[in-house]
Amino acid sequence: MKGVEVTVEQVSRAYGDFKALDNVSVQIKKGEFFSLLGPSGCGKTTLLRIIAGFDYPDNGKVEFDGKDILPLAPDKRQSNTVFQTYALFPHLTVYENIAFPLRLKHVDKEEIDKKVKEYVHLVQLDDHITKKPSMLSGGQKQRVAIARALINEPRVLLLDEPLSALDAKLRQNLLVELDELHDKVGITFIYVTHDQSEALSVSDRIAVMNKGKVLQIGTPYEIYEAPATRFVAQFIGESNTFPCTVLSCEPYENEFMIKVDVPMLGGTVSVTDYDALEVGSKLDFTVRPEKVRITSTPPRSTNKELNTYKGIVDEPVYSGFQSKFYVRLDNEQKSIVKVFKQHTAFLDDGPEIDWRDTVYVSWTATDGYLVKDTDR
Amino acid sequence: MRKLLKPREREQMLGTAYAFPMGIWFTLFFTIPLGIIVLYSFLKRGLYGGVEWEFTLDAYKQMFNPSFGRVVIRTLWISVLATLGCILIAIPCGYAMAKSKYQTVLLFLIIIPFWTNSLIRIYAWISILSTEGFVNSLLIKLGLIDQGLKLIYNNGAVVLVLIYMYLPFAILPLFTTIDKFDFSLLDAARDLGASKLEAIIKVMFPNIKSGLSTAFIFTFIPIFGAYTVPLLVGGKDSTMIGNIIVDQVSKTRNWPLASAFSMVLTFISLVGVFWMLYNGKREQMQSKKTTQQSLEQNIKKHHLIRGEK
Repeated sequence: MKGVEVTVEQVSRAYGDFKALDNVSVQIKKGEFFSLLGPSGCGKTTLLRIIAGFDYPDNGKVEFDGKDILPLAPDKRQSNTVFQTYALFPHLTVYENIAFPLRLKHVDKEEIDKKVKEYVHLVQLDDHITKKPSMLSGGQKQRVAIARALINEPRVLLLDEPLSALDAKLRQNLLVELDELHDKVGITFIYVTHDQSEALSVSDRIAVMNKGKVLQIGTPYEIYEAPATRFVAQFIGESNTFPCTVLSCEPYENEFMIKVDVPMLGGTVSVTDYDALEVGSKLDFTVRPEKVRITSTPPRSTNKELNTYKGIVDEPVYSGFQSKFYVRLDNEQKSIVKVFKQHTAFLDDGPEIDWRDTVYVSWTATDGYLVKDTDR
Repeated sequence: MRKLLKPREREQMLGTAYAFPMGIWFTLFFTIPLGIIVLYSFLKRGLYGGVEWEFTLDAYKQMFNPSFGRVVIRTLWISVLATLGCILIAIPCGYAMAKSKYQTVLLFLIIIPFWTNSLIRIYAWISILSTEGFVNSLLIKLGLIDQGLKLIYNNGAVVLVLIYMYLPFAILPLFTTIDKFDFSLLDAARDLGASKLEAIIKVMFPNIKSGLSTAFIFTFIPIFGAYTVPLLVGGKDSTMIGNIIVDQVSKTRNWPLASAFSMVLTFISLVGVFWMLYNGKREQMQSKKTTQQSLEQNIKKHHLIRGEK
């Protein structure tokens, strides 16, 4: 592996009273595609700038393969950055932009030419080497920025929201390219983004951040299917989240079957969890909209742990590949449950559901989960 | 029948009409006097000032006099030195202003000196630099020197005060270009292996070139024609071309020679202005070419996508 292991240990950084990073520890493996995901102002860019050397932590350690890098200036670190705005040098051509790091090192001309052509080819810009950055499209600029960052053969590539300035379609294509590139060069990628779908689709692992803290580190699957906190559950994908109190907890197959009282749903809900929970503890009950089924008639099921509620469609939102229904439950709180439904004849969900229809929403105990609300 | 004008033509007509007062003003008070100077430089000197209406190249021949040559050379090096001084101070100033939270206040501070007459400001420098002046009495009080140093009435004082007088003209254009400069480029250069100095020289300077050339023109031209500063703070060996012109008009009364020297000043200034215009034009042409090419490319791509020829 050409990449390095990046260790961030108890790093804090404050700007005046504002804590940009609060005791952050992350362990990034060699050659991993690691994402820092969070809303703007969560500290992800600050952490990236500290790793790159543009910012300095108040305390804590940053190491590459166990070697402290904090005393090193940005030009002495084995990391290179792809900036959010690309930061291409406007006075230089594509060729010269990519050759810039080599020129600084006084590499001889033929060597530079050979290497620049190799990297230009890697990012498929062979036809554009004589152009100035102002003549390139957003996607091409981004590729120049990547080639320029890679030509120094860094052992960590830092990407600061590199796709945020591009349109959605292009973003998807470049994301795939980026993933392929990562497989080709085999170095560690640290990718900063606020876009959960980007992070989920390419990362090996993700660290979800909010308010300067790391809330959860895990594979995309773990982050999505088993969010650690209410914030993670709501930030990644969509969620129906209601406060609840644990009523009972019994072993169920190799998990625990937990009954919780959810006042907003007007009753008791069954949910499974890997951990035993103390009766009386206050948590949040969460279920993802795509795991909720919406039907015009009460669902017939042998599964006794099915949670079913009656309600009225308050607002249907059609978005092509699926519809989103806001269902107002038929209880005192009139709580809203969001449901995604695919328009597939195969699922045989009965007649089309429309505005003001009376419907039944249901989900199984294994599809819901309980999260701690650390933000409260 | 009255012909109706298209809106665009109407606008053009109006533009010409609006330019008239300005045009008259410039013709009367700028072009005509300049013409008079050109004319006088080719005429014979009158005995008690003025000119005699006889064509001659005497004035230009008189310029090739070793004593005048020395003055021209001195004017050149003083101007170059003072201009470089202005720009070298103005770059960090412009940088600091661009990065500062108090831009408006700082801009205001730079403009304030213009509210005071330049002569008064030069006299202020005399009281700072003279033998019993502020600097000397301070140094004596601190016990660093016993006797007042000779800080004034030499070429050093001329350069110093010229830098002071024309510094704002260098700071303002540099500030505007540095303000527009994308500072993340410096981060990028550092990230790619450049030292701080390399990043500034290889990335920042090429991108603030227009500001640098404007600052150069704005300071070099007025400094080249300066005459009050060398007159008031300079010594007997600080005469500049501006002083010769004043002397030839008021003392020696050789108006054709004064006119000829003015022509030299005008010519050198024009060279500077044309150089700046040429630079600007070239950059414009490049960017125009750029947009045109990318436009054509986009059209081609569009056709390709739609499967057309």
